[in-house]
Amino acid sequence: MSRSDVLVTADWAQEHLGDPGIVFVEVDEDTSAYDGGHLEGAVKLDWKTDLQDPLRRDFVGREAFEALLSSRGIGNDDTVVLYGGNNNWFAAYAYWYFKLYGHRDVKLIDGGRKKWELDGRPLSKDVVERPATTYRASEPDLSIRAFRDEVVASIGSKNIIDVRSPDEFSGKILAPAHLPQEQAQKGGHVPTAMNIPWSKAANEDGTFKSDEELAKLYAEQGYDEAKPTIAYCRIGERSSHTWFVLRELLGKSDVKNYDGSWVEYGSLVGVPIEK
Amino acid sequence: MCGAPKQGGSLAGVDLSTQTVIQGSVWHDGAPVAGAYVRLLDATDEFTAEVVTSPEGEFRFFAAPGRWTLRTLAPVGRAERPVDAEVGLNETTLAID
Repeated sequence: MSRSDVLVTADWAQEHLGDPGIVFVEVDEDTSAYDGGHLEGAVKLDWKTDLQDPLRRDFVGREAFEALLSSRGIGNDDTVVLYGGNNNWFAAYAYWYFKLYGHRDVKLIDGGRKKWELDGRPLSKDVVERPATTYRASEPDLSIRAFRDEVVASIGSKNIIDVRSPDEFSGKILAPAHLPQEQAQKGGHVPTAMNIPWSKAANEDGTFKSDEELAKLYAEQGYDEAKPTIAYCRIGERSSHTWFVLRELLGKSDVKNYDGSWVEYGSLVGVPIEK
Repeated sequence: MCGAPKQGGSLAGVDLSTQTVIQGSVWHDGAPVAGAYVRLLDATDEFTAEVVTSPEGEFRFFAAPGRWTLRTLAPVGRAERPVDAEVGLNETTLAID
């Protein structure tokens, strides 16, 4: 896997809009962004209503994922090109999610919606309808997803990377600062976690830094190449961004995303917390 | 969750005795700038959050007391200013030259 297999430029995306076999997918939590204008021909996925179980805190199951992609007109052989707002946080989450369910060819648009808008590239309000498919998902690949017990057992032995902002890591604030600071969980971080904010991997326009810059970033922060890695944030989308950097851009092996993240960990009874 | 909520509008439901709200608008050439990216940087200049301004050019953050920097990036240009925030409402304007 290399950068060109998993990441496309905005120029590439613009040149390939409408190509058969390529499906552009916008992923946001707030789909009003999509409704106000999207890439020509792109379908939308709502991070919350489409990708989260409506009852429990978990993914939708394999069959629901199959039904979702079938209804959006995405086939198993299609190249799925994801983009979104928030510096591609939710697009990276969807990327990880598509990989978990075994989709073969998935890519991100470098810079996502932000770079597209800052470049002044065209957006469309046309309603997009694609003929339904019969999508078949694989069993979830749990080699890329960490659960809480594994996180606790990894304290002091694996690379645990907290990708939240320094003020969330220290417990000064409990959520990214565009959200009200009213949370049930305790502040702080998993003991022995390194704080390498996701934002250090991105340029200001939302594009990823170069492979050389990224390799240097993690090496300088004490990333141990010999150890498996778990990344977490608050709810698992920013850590998907870092998971993408580590596993897909830098090609590191055994990297998991802990999507339970701080909302789960900071609410657990009896687990160790550092502040 | 982490998706940026709609910017601007009423502060109804926000407890200003506990929350540290930093809000304002982005202006350029005498008019508000819609769709500008505004990021909040902490005291070490590290990214803390980012929102996109409303049609009226508004942005809003929920932070903590202390020194912050606001930086905006828009197709018309960029601007930056420090903010010393206290608990309650802290309002400021970002003007892009």
